[in-house]
Amino acid sequence: MELKIAVCIKSVPDPAYYDKITIDAKTKCLTRKGVPSIIGKGDKVALEQALKLKEKYGGKVTVIGMAPPEARFEMKETLAMGADEALLLSDRLFAGADTLATAYTLAQGLKKMGSFDLVLTGTESADGATAQVPAQLGECLSMAHLWNVKQFSLLSDNEIQATVGLEHAVAEYIVCLPAVLGIARDAGKPRYITASGIKAANCKTCKVMGNAELQAEENRLGETGSPTWPGDITIPSMKRQGRVLEGSPDVIVEALTAALRVAGINIQRKAV
Amino acid sequence: MSMFVFTEEQQLLRKAVREFVEAEIAPHAKRWDEENHCPIELFPELGRLGMIGTFVPECYGGVGMGYIERVICLEELARHSAGLAITIMAHQLCMGGILLFGSEEQKQKYLPDMATGKKVGALSLTEAIGGSNFMGQQSTGMQQDGKWLLNGRKCFITNAHLADVDLWTVVTGKNARGRSVLTAFLMDKDTQGRMPGRAEHKLGMRSSNTGDISCVNVELDESHILEKEGSGAKIALSTIQEVGRAGMSAICLGILRGCLEESLEFSKERMIYGKPLHKLINIQFSLAENRLDYESARLLTYRAAGMKDAGEPCAGEFALAKYAATEGAIRAAKRTIDLMGGYGVINEYPVGRFLRDALTGSTAGGTSDVLKVVIAAESLK
Ligand SMILES: Cc1cc2nc3c(=O)[nH]c(=O)nc-3n(C[C@H](O)[C@H](O)[C@H](O)COP(=O)(O)OP(=O)(O)OC[C@H]3O[C@@H](n4cnc5c(N)ncnc54)[C@H](O)[C@@H]3O)c2cc1C
Ligand SMILES: Cc1cc2nc3c(=O)[nH]c(=O)nc-3n(C[C@H](O)[C@H](O)[C@H](O)COP(=O)(O)OP(=O)(O)OC[C@H]3O[C@@H](n4cnc5c(N)ncnc54)[C@H](O)[C@@H]3O)c2cc1C
Repeated sequence: MELKIAVCIKSVPDPAYYDKITIDAKTKCLTRKGVPSIIGKGDKVALEQALKLKEKYGGKVTVIGMAPPEARFEMKETLAMGADEALLLSDRLFAGADTLATAYTLAQGLKKMGSFDLVLTGTESADGATAQVPAQLGECLSMAHLWNVKQFSLLSDNEIQATVGLEHAVAEYIVCLPAVLGIARDAGKPRYITASGIKAANCKTCKVMGNAELQAEENRLGETGSPTWPGDITIPSMKRQGRVLEGSPDVIVEALTAALRVAGINIQRKAV
Repeated sequence: MSMFVFTEEQQLLRKAVREFVEAEIAPHAKRWDEENHCPIELFPELGRLGMIGTFVPECYGGVGMGYIERVICLEELARHSAGLAITIMAHQLCMGGILLFGSEEQKQKYLPDMATGKKVGALSLTEAIGGSNFMGQQSTGMQQDGKWLLNGRKCFITNAHLADVDLWTVVTGKNARGRSVLTAFLMDKDTQGRMPGRAEHKLGMRSSNTGDISCVNVELDESHILEKEGSGAKIALSTIQEVGRAGMSAICLGILRGCLEESLEFSKERMIYGKPLHKLINIQFSLAENRLDYESARLLTYRAAGMKDAGEPCAGEFALAKYAATEGAIRAAKRTIDLMGGYGVINEYPVGRFLRDALTGSTAGGTSDVLKVVIAAESLK
C-alpha cells in the first residue's frame, strides 16, 4: 500500500533570537526584523513520522506551509530531510491570519495538491502555540482529527490506532483515514539532514503559490478572514515587596513555609 | 559560491552540520580532550551524513559536492572539536591523494569505504629529519625479486594508530641532479612489517591521534604504487598544498569563530563596575580584533576553496589562508583568554582548549615560516 501524507510546517522565529523580537504597539504584530526563521522542532517531529511511514509503506510526503516567501529556505530544508515535494502558500492576502484563517488557507492548499490519507501537524507551533490549527484543519477538510498523538500505527488500509497523551492519562483511539494528526513533540527524534539529502533536494520541487492560483475565498483569508483580534498588550508588573522575617531559624522557617502555603505553594513536611 | 555569497545549498549544509555538531559533538568535546580520546566510533555516522566524503564524487561513494562544502563541514566541526576535525581532515588527505592520482581500480577499492567513514586513512610524509625538509626524507623503497621493499619511520602522523589505509612516500632513487626521487605507496593496515609506534601526548588537538609508523621490510607489489614510480613528490605536495592547507585553514576558522562567539557571550554576561564587560573600550577593541581575525581568514579560506572548485591553481592562496587562519586563531584565543580575566584559564570554559588546539594545528600542513617562504616566492614570481 502506498500512503499519501501531507505535513504542515510552520516557519517560526529562531528561539536563540527571542531577545531581538519586539511587539509593535500599534499593529500588535511581532517585529521580526533580522531574526532568522527555523522550522519548529515539533513540526520536524511530525515530518520524521511521515518519513518513517513512507519508508515502511511507500508513498509520498508533501510538505505545506503558509509563510512569507523567505520561508522557501525552510521548505527546502524539509526536502533535504526527505520530503518529496513542498508547497509554500505566500501572498500578502494571507498575512495577519489567525488560526481559523490559517487552517482554512492550509486546507485550500492541501486540496490543490490532491487527496491525502494522512495530514500530520505539530501539536502546537513554537511561536503562537495556540494548538488550534490541527483541529480546525481537520474540520476544514472534513477529516477525523486527533491532537497530541504520542504514537500511532496502521491497522489496515484505512484505519490507524493512535495513542493520545492527556494530562494525567493516555487515550487509545482507532481512527478511520483520512485523518489529521497533531503529533506530540516528544513522539520521536527528527533525523539529521545529510549532505546527499541537500543535493537531492535540488531535484525536487518547491512550489510557491499565491491566491491568484490558490483561488481561495478572499474574505476568509488573512486579517480579513480572522475573527480573532489582538487586544491590548501590557507588560505584567513584576514588582515585589520584600519582607524580613525575624526570630530564631525555626521560627523563620515556620513563618516562611506558612507564607508560601498562603501563596498557593504546597509545601509538605517531610518525616525525618 | 559566487564571490563572497554562499549558495542556498551551502547555507543549508552549514545549518544541517551545525545542528548535528551542536547536539552530538559539542557536549562531548571537553571530555574527549581531557581523556585524549579520538571519537573514531563516530566515523560511520559522520560518513553517512556526508561530512567525510563531501568532495568525493558520487560514483566513489561520496556526496559529490566541492571544496567550499568541505571547508564548511570542517569549520563547523572544528567550532566545537578541532581534534575531531583534524582526524577527518587527515583522513581526507589520504582520500584526496587517491582521488587525484589513483588508478580507477584503486579508487574503486578504497574510496567508497573511506568516503562513508567505514575505513580510516592516513597520509604519512613527515620524518624525524624535519617535516619542512620534505625532499630530505630517508625512508626507502627498493625493488627486489619483482616486489618493492619499504623501510623507514614516519612521525607526527595523524591517525597513525587508527588508519586502515596508509599513504606513504619513500625515496626510490636519485635523478640526474642527485636529488631524491619519491614514490607514493598505498598500504593496508595489516601489511606485514608495518607497525604503528609511539602515540604522542600532545598539547592540543588531543581528541586526535598522532604518532609514529614504521615500515620494516614491508613487501608491496606494483599495484600499491599511486600513479607511477617517481610521482611521490608531486602527489605529496599537491595533496598538502591544496587539500591539507585548505583543511587546516577551515579548522582554524572554526577555532576563530569559537573565540569570537565566546568573547561576545562572556563580555555580555560578565558584569564589572555594575555594567557589562563590553562597555570597556579596550574590551570592544578585543572583540573587534577577534571579528577581524575571523573575517579575514574566512574570506581568504573560502576564496581559495572557490578557486579550487573552479579548477584554478590555488596553492599560494591556500598558503595565505592557512597563515591567516592559524596565526589568527592563536592570537584570538590568547586575546579571548585575556579578555576573560581569571575565567579565561578555568577549564570550564573552552578557550584554553582553543589556544592549545590553535598552537598545535599551526604546524600541521606547513609551519607559518614555511608558508611565508611560499607566499614570498609566489609574490616574487
Ligand atoms: C505570540 C502569538 C500569539 C498568538 N495568539 C493567537 C491567538 O490567541 N488566537 C489566534 O487565532 N491566533 C493567534 N496567533 C496567530 C497564530 O499564531 C497564527 O495565526 C498561526 O498561523 C497559527 O496559529 P499557531 O501558531 O498558534 O498554530 P498551532 O495551532 O499552535 O500550530 C499547530 C501546528 O499547526 C501547523 N501550522 C500552524 N500554522 C501553520 C502555518 N502557517 N503553516 C503551516 N503549518 C502551520 C503546524 O504543524 C503547527 O505545529 C498568535 C501568534 C503569535 C505569534
Ligand atoms: C598535530 C599534528 C598533526 C600532523 N599530522 C601529520 C600527518 O598526518 N602527516 C604528516 O606527514 N605529517 C603530519 N604532521 C607533521 C607536520 O607536517 C610537521 O610537523 C611540519 O611539516 C613541520 O615539520 P617539523 O615538525 O619536523 O618541524 P621542522 O621542519 O623541523 O621545523 C622546525 C622549525 O624550523 C623552521 N623551518 C624549517 N624549514 C624552514 C625553511 N625552509 N624556511 C623557514 N623556516 C623553516 C620551521 O618554521 C620551524 O619553526 C603533523 C604535525 C602535527 C603537529
